[in-house]
Amino acid sequence: MSRMNMIQAIHSAHDVMLEKDPSVVAFGQDIGYFGGVFRCTDGLQKKYGEHRVIDAPIAEGGIVGTAIGLGINGLRPVVEIQFADYIYPGFDQIVSELSRLRYRSAGDFYSPVTIRTPCGGGIRGGQTHSQSPEGIFTHLSGVMTVMVSNPYDAKGLLISAIESDDPIIFFEPKRIYNGPFDGDPDKPSASWASHPKGEVPDGYYTVPLGKADIVEEGEDLTIITYGTIVHVAQAAAERAGVNAEIIDVRTLMPLDIDTLRESVNKTGRAMVAHEATRFCGYGAELVATIQKECFWHLEAPISRVTGWDTPYPHAFEWQYFPVQKRLVEGIRKLMEVE
Amino acid sequence: MTNNPKLHIPQPAARPGEVPDFSYLDLSDAGAVFRPPTNARAAEIENLALEMVRVLDDDHVAQGPWNPDLDKDTLLEALRLMVLTRVYDDRMQRVQRQGKITFYMQALGEEAVSIGQGLAFEPGDMLFPAYRNQGLYIMRETGLVEMMCQCLSNSRDMCKGRQMPIFYQNKKKNLFTISGNLATQYPQAVGWAMGSAIKGEDHIAASWVGDGSTAEADFHYALTFAAVYNAPVVLNVINNQWAISTFQGFAGGERRPFAARGLGLGIPGIRVDGNDLLAVYATTRWAADRARQGGGPTLIELVTYRGGAHSTSDDPTRYRPKDEWEAFPLGDPVNRLKQHLIKLGHWSDEQQTKLEEELRNTVNEAWKEAVSFGTLTEPPFLDVELMFEDVFAEMPEHLKLQRNKLLDLRGEKS
Repeated sequence: MSRMNMIQAIHSAHDVMLEKDPSVVAFGQDIGYFGGVFRCTDGLQKKYGEHRVIDAPIAEGGIVGTAIGLGINGLRPVVEIQFADYIYPGFDQIVSELSRLRYRSAGDFYSPVTIRTPCGGGIRGGQTHSQSPEGIFTHLSGVMTVMVSNPYDAKGLLISAIESDDPIIFFEPKRIYNGPFDGDPDKPSASWASHPKGEVPDGYYTVPLGKADIVEEGEDLTIITYGTIVHVAQAAAERAGVNAEIIDVRTLMPLDIDTLRESVNKTGRAMVAHEATRFCGYGAELVATIQKECFWHLEAPISRVTGWDTPYPHAFEWQYFPVQKRLVEGIRKLMEVE
Repeated sequence: MTNNPKLHIPQPAARPGEVPDFSYLDLSDAGAVFRPPTNARAAEIENLALEMVRVLDDDHVAQGPWNPDLDKDTLLEALRLMVLTRVYDDRMQRVQRQGKITFYMQALGEEAVSIGQGLAFEPGDMLFPAYRNQGLYIMRETGLVEMMCQCLSNSRDMCKGRQMPIFYQNKKKNLFTISGNLATQYPQAVGWAMGSAIKGEDHIAASWVGDGSTAEADFHYALTFAAVYNAPVVLNVINNQWAISTFQGFAGGERRPFAARGLGLGIPGIRVDGNDLLAVYATTRWAADRARQGGGPTLIELVTYRGGAHSTSDDPTRYRPKDEWEAFPLGDPVNRLKQHLIKLGHWSDEQQTKLEEELRNTVNEAWKEAVSFGTLTEPPFLDVELMFEDVFAEMPEHLKLQRNKLLDLRGEKS
């Protein structure tokens, strides 16, 4: 066991898998010699060679397209797209090819590509370095979508993703790379050093895909969220003085419906929260699922707290971000209904 | 007189009712273009991208340094495969018109591309075809019945009813699954080739796009990545002059040949007479050898003509002269190889007629067998449960629920 931040945990997942499986290759802009702009592959090219940790040209469409070819040829590419905001040139290859190869060829061809990409705001990145586009990918048939919220899950889920024969879009909220963020920008930055999920095994282990995590058990209401907002929800529940059950969805697609159903049936109240825009956002699917699965147990309308339906602004970052105050207000309204 | 910029809208040489005009097409004489060694420096052979490699002359005699000296059996096999492709296409075109299949695309006039190139690769080389490369599936013995069953989406369909007709695959023979999204296979082929180099193997990859699809970003990504990593790949542009209704000028073909697209990246280009099987084979073999020897990618432009409609959903008489193919200066690839074999004393018109008849029978027998496995409207049908399989390696819960819901509805009146 070691104390790791999320970058170190992701680095460790690469290291473990590059060591364990010679078919694993890391591929992306600046990830080789330099070790990645966020340092997630620092030193790995030196350790595993230029043919295993490969710098790529600045062409996300080309990176995804060639990674698919590497995968068809029996390799297991772990791709880094430097910012989720820049994934769109690769979108056609993800939507039309990666996600449907297995289906269209009746299982003859598939490409086990994992695409890692930092997402989310709270780092003063403005509208081109802050997006949370997970909902665009959860809408596809044939790719799994993951968003992690802590170092332990990040390493375990990344190893599962690399080992999976299905393509995975793996979102890493960059605001919490170095420490959990509870949604209060005025507080000094926290680190993972004192967080229980900052304790990470040094070697191989997995966290299963398709399984949500109950971060906190509670009776009053269920908060269903993922990524950075997991930490905001914990702080908001405390501030609101409620005994909330907090679920970290972790794998957004396919969704762990059983865990959601059981929790909401128990608490009777549900709040859905994410950083991404609201309209047709992933939260809409969560709300529809809970409505269908838990309708006769619900004691209040399902609440939804999200980013606004605008691009992510540079100057108004904390007015855009679903901060504690907005979650607290959502919780209070949810609890007011008798 | 004004110096203001004027938007240029490329215009084809002739529209319906006008006289076909191929004066825009620069031709070289058969045998006229130098054949460099396969390890030649890209910068020293740029002329190959601008001239046109031709072997068969107007008298059907093989000329010059690119003559691959194929033996009689190989030439006869190439002819048989080209005729088979044409006969297969003809049959499938007609069954589409009869409503037996929903869609079809002929390779009429372009048969030398898939057959000539296909013969130049090794069985372990991975091919990423475009939609008019049925000849590759035929020459790698996918099986006519299997191909027909795919077009029929019947109980024996290789892709279990997931794809519309002509989107074949053949994993055992290293033929990738065809996509409807154009040029997506190009960077995938480059990636596959990179993988081969990473693994230290000598298998190479090849891919095809049409002239129109060279406008896609994926085409340019593929060239860049192939150049950067010196990937062992042969990238091919089938310039059949037409992308549905827009002529090759709309993909930028007016300024420079498509073969020259890689020159800026240091990728050798070869422009070849795509209706000359000998030239097609020879240039492809050159590029394949170069790639296998570590010389990296080559871009080949195969100049040909789309003899038929784009697809069965298209009517080319609305945008090009009816007799344009007849006026195409590079002729008909099947006839040219036939005449060459006759010239060599290996073949005759009688033998050609007999071959065509034999292959028509072969294709007809295959069709009879194929429909015995059902059609879209006649049993036996594919099991509808297959709709939910192969989305993921293992079926997740939500798909099981959806499948069960559909199965519950089955048997009830819709």
